[in-house]
Amino acid sequence: MTAQTPAAMIEVKGLTFRYPGGVPVFDGFDWDVPQGESWAILGPSGCGKSTLLYLLAGLRKPETGQVWIAGQPLARPRPRTGLILQDFGLLPWGTVVENASLGLKVRRFYGPDGRHAPKDEPVAQTAPRVLPWLERLGLAELGGSYPAQLSGGQRQRTAIARTLALEPDLLLMDEPFAALDAPTRESLQDLVLDLQSERELTLVLVTHTIEEAAVLGRRILVLGQPPNHEAVILDNPLAGEPSYRGSPPYLEMCNHLRRALETQP
Amino acid sequence: MTARRVLAAAVVLGAVWELLSRALNLPILPPPSVVIVVMLRELGGSLGLDALASLWRVLASITLAIGTAVPAGLLLGGSARLNRIFEPIIYLLFPIPKVVFVPVILLFLGVGDLAKITVITLILFFQILVLVRDQAAGLRPELIYSVQSLGAGRRALLRFVYLPASLPAILTALRQSIGTAVAVLYITELFATQRGLGYYIYLQGSTLFDYPRMYAGVVVMSLLGLSLYFGVDALEGRLCPWQRLG
Repeated sequence: MTAQTPAAMIEVKGLTFRYPGGVPVFDGFDWDVPQGESWAILGPSGCGKSTLLYLLAGLRKPETGQVWIAGQPLARPRPRTGLILQDFGLLPWGTVVENASLGLKVRRFYGPDGRHAPKDEPVAQTAPRVLPWLERLGLAELGGSYPAQLSGGQRQRTAIARTLALEPDLLLMDEPFAALDAPTRESLQDLVLDLQSERELTLVLVTHTIEEAAVLGRRILVLGQPPNHEAVILDNPLAGEPSYRGSPPYLEMCNHLRRALETQP
Repeated sequence: MTARRVLAAAVVLGAVWELLSRALNLPILPPPSVVIVVMLRELGGSLGLDALASLWRVLASITLAIGTAVPAGLLLGGSARLNRIFEPIIYLLFPIPKVVFVPVILLFLGVGDLAKITVITLILFFQILVLVRDQAAGLRPELIYSVQSLGAGRRALLRFVYLPASLPAILTALRQSIGTAVAVLYITELFATQRGLGYYIYLQGSTLFDYPRMYAGVVVMSLLGLSLYFGVDALEGRLCPWQRLG
């Protein structure tokens, strides 16, 4: 443990949220994520894990309570938060380069207004900030291709390039690899782990798969059927270590998570 | 569709016409060899001016229809609440053949260009409105969320998502309605007009009984519709190359 406590990236305080006519998904829910940590949110369908991610992204508003990101109450999507969804996030009419530049183009469209784009960072040219990421993510050759011409893994890499070109400090991912085959999924999971530690990103990844939570989450938030009152958190300190996947402690962790899911209401 | 194949089809149809004309040997069916010569001569004179008048009316209508129907369609497609209010109204108005309003519109707007352009605009308007609305409403929420998460507010969504998404819908609507638009153009140009292909065809055919000239007018009017159709195709190739991918 370090001597000083790192600053909080995410603070969820007394959050209550419900969809019209339903039971509350969250009811007086508290949860904190320190800066630079790698989290997985695990739970069955309908537990509210995607909803929580959308609340963190500022795309949904709490009924009561508040979400604070980097010390600021969240009222709308925040420029330094990146969001990556399972699919359909790319513009079908844009090439890989155009899609990967989209976030920067949006910033240039508004100018550094502090609302839609960071105040301290005018965008002049998009290429110098996008092309290195395409190179890094193995997309350099595919710059002129359209999403319909790409494999699922290449599409997700494009979405990742688009988000990283904006230099986020918080990365939110909603089942980002659920539609991919196993080898592609594992290579992208490793990529995300590398990027997370290299860029000191705070990562929150939503998944319904126990194995994915165990690979990517150094801490794991387990949600059950709504309403969720209290955060159930499991520590998984070895996640991200090389060769953790498939090792005995990893399998132990998976069993642990399975039991945690079963004992959730 | 390649230009060569279209040209080949035109040659075949022309040959059928030529043969039919020679076989029947009637003044009301002159052969294309005669009609083409008359057409080329006439294009330098009155027919050329008539063609320009008609072209201007169609282009003005297309511009007006796009300028009004696209914003309206995007507005309705982007707002479920507004769409609930207007959907039944559009549902009622869309299938009504707008051409039946020609006499009414002529009464209200007079016999000038305004009335003609209004009628054609009305036809295109509903076609574009409905297709753009459905296209905008059919955008996946995941796409909207992703782009919002990049910082896009209402204006950037419009510029980077809704407008480009509606382009194919606009072009499809134009392609579907160009035939009707030219047909209605013909009808509107029958009423108290001095210039226009409809007027020219009717004048030559029913008043002057100059059949080669009448056919020349028919060919030019067909070419007008065809070139608009090809124009939309070319635009689609340029603006929406991604549409051609499986």
